[in-house]
Amino acid sequence: MRRTSLVRAVLLGLLALLVLPVGAMADTFDAAGAGVLPDSVGINSMWVVVAACLVMFMQAGFAFLEIGFSRGKNSGTVVAKILTNFSIAAIMYWAVGFAFAFGGDLGHVIGTHGFFLRDFGDPQKAFPIMGLSDATIEAKWWFQFVFCAVSLAIVWGTTLERIKFGVYIIYSVVFAALIYPIASGWVFGGGWLQVNVGMQDFAGSTAVHLIGATGALAAVLLLGARKGKYGADGKPRAIPGHNMPLFGLGVLILWLGWFGFNPGSTLGALDGRFTEVLLVTQMAAAAGVLGAVVTNYWKTKTIDIGMCGNGAIAALVGITAPSGYVEPWAGVVIGFVAGVIVVFGVYAIDKVIDDPVGALSAHGLAGIWGTLACGLFTDPKLAAFNGVGKGGLFYTGSFEQLGRQALGVVTVFAFVFACSYATFWLIKKTYGLRVSEEEEDAGLDISEHGMYGYPEQFIPVPELVGYGAAPTATVAPAAAAPVPTNQEVPA
Amino acid sequence: MKKVEAFIRHEAFEPIRMELLSLGFPSLSITEVKGSGRQKGITERYRGAELTNYLRPKVKLECVVADRDVQTIVDTILKHARTGAVGDGKVFVLPVEESYRVRTGESGEEVLQAHPDAAAAPTG
Repeated sequence: MRRTSLVRAVLLGLLALLVLPVGAMADTFDAAGAGVLPDSVGINSMWVVVAACLVMFMQAGFAFLEIGFSRGKNSGTVVAKILTNFSIAAIMYWAVGFAFAFGGDLGHVIGTHGFFLRDFGDPQKAFPIMGLSDATIEAKWWFQFVFCAVSLAIVWGTTLERIKFGVYIIYSVVFAALIYPIASGWVFGGGWLQVNVGMQDFAGSTAVHLIGATGALAAVLLLGARKGKYGADGKPRAIPGHNMPLFGLGVLILWLGWFGFNPGSTLGALDGRFTEVLLVTQMAAAAGVLGAVVTNYWKTKTIDIGMCGNGAIAALVGITAPSGYVEPWAGVVIGFVAGVIVVFGVYAIDKVIDDPVGALSAHGLAGIWGTLACGLFTDPKLAAFNGVGKGGLFYTGSFEQLGRQALGVVTVFAFVFACSYATFWLIKKTYGLRVSEEEEDAGLDISEHGMYGYPEQFIPVPELVGYGAAPTATVAPAAAAPVPTNQEVPA
Repeated sequence: MKKVEAFIRHEAFEPIRMELLSLGFPSLSITEVKGSGRQKGITERYRGAELTNYLRPKVKLECVVADRDVQTIVDTILKHARTGAVGDGKVFVLPVEESYRVRTGESGEEVLQAHPDAAAAPTG
């Protein structure tokens, strides 16, 4: 009862938000005047929207990756989670998120205008960092929102198979309205880390991936490991995911989505820079797979299927910050190192923290590496072109940029961890983070959603097709009141 | 010779296996089964319609031992399988006529259990 009323309150709140901005539409329509905008607006908007749609497709990548790495009894819940989170984040980011992230003067701590994407006047001035591109504000909003949704999706891979569904709903409101917009605004929304400190993060190694992984760390510290993850001797045990092919599909979808993520962060197509960013991105991902495969083979003498994918993801995360600042050869180095890092990271973290998908390594450690890599590999001419920071250590011999990158990483981690830990702590004290042990045994599909992801695996064939007499015709006492076994041990 | 046949919860099996191994009873088989009893069913809700499953999953454990060992086996199973909730399962003891080891053709109680070195041998 408590759960449903809480969910209901949240949904009502969201509906109330919808009523506010009545009659505030069509800013681009007004700006177009006679209905004709310059060609460059159309071309740049088109590229930004296409890139953002690729990034949206990454939600499917996260879904399949997480489903593949879960047991079959927890497969369906991932679908419901991805869809509800993506939707809540959209409304929150439209209402306040985008304004907090981008609607402030250069060097801001928190934006102050552009709520509901209305009443902001000239968009080129209202969202100053966005003024670098003349794409329409709706296109830019869509692009930035799907980034927010990616960051939110990263939070949950670590919490699979034991978290209550309501936690997704509560945290996603806080995350998409406050935590992500404020922290990402500092890093690439024209905030103080970008403008005053000169921290370089082209597409979000820190601003998207480290934020997500930090939220995941805060959650898992309060949530604990899955039942059976650690043996009586304290050693980690494998809990194999149920479908490696689906995991592979997820990785490839994410990889494809990254060609919107990084090249799209140019926010324009006219200077052709996005094609160079694409090349750097692909080189890094390729090197990352090889780095992970080689490292894992050296450690275990097997080619781990999951690690191939983790290597690709880690390298793509690693190259996200430097992709607009480095040359392709540096992409190969950064990606390869990320592939090595993710293997050692997964092995080390698994000893103490139960992270079913390895997100703390692939998004957290690789995100930190990618951000610091700017301080090593940034080409001075690209730093000048982007107007942020200086060249890296290997070009200039100076540790200055590396120091700025480190400051950015520490600041963002501290802020996001503090906010997320406080949020999850409050949820734990009031609503609870974890399902009961019985529900965890039965699986979240049946205990949280009342249905199975793979019914034929859990429902015996005779019951599924309904052979034989109806249960009510017998004296079976259970038939009188068929209730879910929440009161009982279900298995 | 007797066969002990137990229907238990999945999570009860591993502690039972570990203790039987340490007591010198490494030979057993399990089958994943579905059955009904006093434990209620579980209701699936699918797009507005309901489907109640009365058959719940259990593990069936089978273990053939000499008569003198039956009580040890049964006690071990009862100790670990009991949660106190409906659905803990049942244990049956059945007579066994004869037994053979396939590899050597030996027969009788020697082929059953209690290898002297069994407790020492780790089985992953």
